Amino acid sequence: MNRKKGIIIGGAAIIVAAFAYLLYGGLDKNVVYFLTPHELLAKGTKAVDVPVRLGGQVKPGSVKWNDTTLDLHFTITDGTSEVSVASKGAPPQMFRDGMGVVVEGRYRADGTFNCTNLMVKHSNEYRPPKPGESPQEMQKTLIKGAT
Amino acid sequence: MQSVNGLVGHGALLLALPFIALGIIAVPVAVNRGRRDWLEIGYGAVYANFALMTAAALAMISALVTHDFSVSYVAQVGSRETPLFYTIISLWGALEGSILFWAWVLSFYGMTVVALNKSRVGNLVPYAAMTLLCISLFFAILLVGPANPFGIVSPVPQNGPGPNPLLQNHILMAVHPPLLYLGYVGMSVPFAFAVGAVLSGEAEHNDWIKVTRTWTMASWGFLSAAIIAGMWWSYEVLGWGGYWAWDPVENASFLPWLTATAFLHSAMVQERRGMLRVWNLNLVVGTFVLTILGTFLTRSGIISSVHAFTTGTIGYYFLAFITIVLIAGGVIVAGSSDKLRSRGRLDSAASRETVFLLNNLFLTGFMLTVLVGTLFPLVAEAIRGVKVSVGGPFYNRMTLPMIAALLFLMGVGPALPWKIASTAELKRKLIPPAAGAVLLAAVALVAGIHDPYGVLVFAFVGYAATANFREFSIGAGARRAAHDESWPTAFVRLVEGNRRRYGGYIAHFGVFFVALGVAMSSTLRTEREATLQRGMTMQIAGRTLRLQDIWGREEPQRQVVGATLEILNGNRVIGTLEPRMNFYRTQQEPVPTPDVRSGVLGDLYLNLMAFRPDGSSATIRAIYQPLVPWIWFGGGVVVFGAIVGGWPTARRRRAPARVPVPTPPSPPPAREPEYAA
Repeated sequence: MNRKKGIIIGGAAIIVAAFAYLLYGGLDKNVVYFLTPHELLAKGTKAVDVPVRLGGQVKPGSVKWNDTTLDLHFTITDGTSEVSVASKGAPPQMFRDGMGVVVEGRYRADGTFNCTNLMVKHSNEYRPPKPGESPQEMQKTLIKGAT
Repeated sequence: MQSVNGLVGHGALLLALPFIALGIIAVPVAVNRGRRDWLEIGYGAVYANFALMTAAALAMISALVTHDFSVSYVAQVGSRETPLFYTIISLWGALEGSILFWAWVLSFYGMTVVALNKSRVGNLVPYAAMTLLCISLFFAILLVGPANPFGIVSPVPQNGPGPNPLLQNHILMAVHPPLLYLGYVGMSVPFAFAVGAVLSGEAEHNDWIKVTRTWTMASWGFLSAAIIAGMWWSYEVLGWGGYWAWDPVENASFLPWLTATAFLHSAMVQERRGMLRVWNLNLVVGTFVLTILGTFLTRSGIISSVHAFTTGTIGYYFLAFITIVLIAGGVIVAGSSDKLRSRGRLDSAASRETVFLLNNLFLTGFMLTVLVGTLFPLVAEAIRGVKVSVGGPFYNRMTLPMIAALLFLMGVGPALPWKIASTAELKRKLIPPAAGAVLLAAVALVAGIHDPYGVLVFAFVGYAATANFREFSIGAGARRAAHDESWPTAFVRLVEGNRRRYGGYIAHFGVFFVALGVAMSSTLRTEREATLQRGMTMQIAGRTLRLQDIWGREEPQRQVVGATLEILNGNRVIGTLEPRMNFYRTQQEPVPTPDVRSGVLGDLYLNLMAFRPDGSSATIRAIYQPLVPWIWFGGGVVVFGAIVGGWPTARRRRAPARVPVPTPPSPPPAREPEYAA
């Protein structure tokens, strides 16, 4: 009876250990680090071609969006360092200079960040819109344009 | 100056506290001294709690509807422009209201438990009622403390910001949260029965597990429906064309579902074979802890998402409550484990018990994987100071083998008998379903799935679906032979004869639909993005999309910009889609509103990504995903299975009526409504 109990406990321990090992391995390989441009550049070649989330502000004047080829280029800055980002697809409608963004993708050896997922830091708190960007104004021009 | 709404609501909450406390004291007095009158007081407190929570919730709804901005919650989520429908459902649109709703649902469950089960002999139900009151006490304390929805705002504002735009953009907001609360809060009932079983000493018998399983089945059905509705909401509102992202919030709803599913299976082993008794206690306690943990994760603001409303002190209350529940649960399980030694033993590896053991092993492993992935970023940030996220690759790598194994077991389990299966029986039951596996694997390959797990999921679904179907067809065939019934009658009688068993198999079929939908839509998704001017076209999945118009529209609470696209099959217009962007006045970023055309075989999903303010062009993202509607349909089948399996058996009448009862005159046929709901 005791030997049987020992086998059960031993078996359970092996299962738990194997499972913990799998979990550890899975986490080790698949965790995505969140870095600022400064931290990314400080990592040097270790940061190349590893999935990363890069967060910072859109550098004013850096946004280039071609709506025919759908190529989007901009620079992310954290005040001290900056990284240029290449992305495919339309930016969020309210994408603008100075706003907080998080881009997911890989840093390439040539110094650009290949973005596969662009996330805008939302704020649900109300901030008065700057001239030209209030939905009402955009709406008016659109309704005029549409009719 | 407090308004009538605020006065009634806050008063009801304050009054609930002493009633709840009285009930908690009354039960042990009643049990220990055998005082029937004290038991009535305890049950009375349960009813009073429900009445008072109902009063508080109705006061809040009244405050919302009358735009009573002197009530803090209304000032936070109300606005005069919000349509009435969204005004009412903003009851659960932010922190304080959602806690109030939680407490209301919990009090409803307490009342139902007492009303339905109080005639039961023994002290199980009194202690369960006491446990539910203890949980109610926690939420009542939150409601008069850190999550008071009836705070006084002075001076009274003229208008408010309205609910979070994401939460007033889709009708499913009226469906997903109530279902989730019914499922989530409902898991308190099995927990209360487990505590009651241990305190009353009934845990030594297996009878309590039956009533507990019925209640778990009900909550599990609600939770299943809520998870599917949440996926649907995410798909219809968030605009990325997906329905599941292993987001902490999704995981929070999924964790208790996994342990509850494990319990629904292992409870049968206890009922039939007297095994797994301590394990079942652990599953029930664990499920409840996971619901509270999930609420903590989503409500404390520790993880930012649409569900995380605030960063207040409420997180500490939840942590304290989780600690208390864990200690109490640990004491209860540990203290009773000696008395709960297994009665039965495993006779053979080739038995249904073994399959249920494996099922529990994989479901628990699944739960632990999701739990580790969800908590790891918090731990990493707290200990190592690094910000990390655990994304899809981790979950896919870890859970796909377990999902495949579970699907396979769903075919093996129903085919095997209890105790021991003979070799001949194994051959007869387990070999024929392999034909189904080969068939669906071929379907997957022909459809173009190359991902090995995708093909494996199809094969195992083919195997398990055939095995489950054979349980119906063999059983109905036997009935036909014995009773000379037609196939439909035989099917219905078969299910009626053992609703729990066949309800379970029906739920299995729902899971098969979900599995096929997920496997196909995640492996064969196509996506195109293009900027179009009017009249220009783009191609997706053999269809042509032509941009017809870009337009703007003014609505009371928002402005809408939309694009109208025609879907062409060759030269024939087969439909139009209107993806939109909604600009709410209180938020800078617009809320995308994708438009979906669903077919049996797949969805065409359009999202308006950007537009030129002069209306000259619009950027459209088009996504084609096969079999997505199967996921929603499968969810419905799962729920149907839960209803078939969990609906309480009608009590037999004392004297069966032998005289035919005259049938009431049938009402005149209702006129067809002009608009279907």
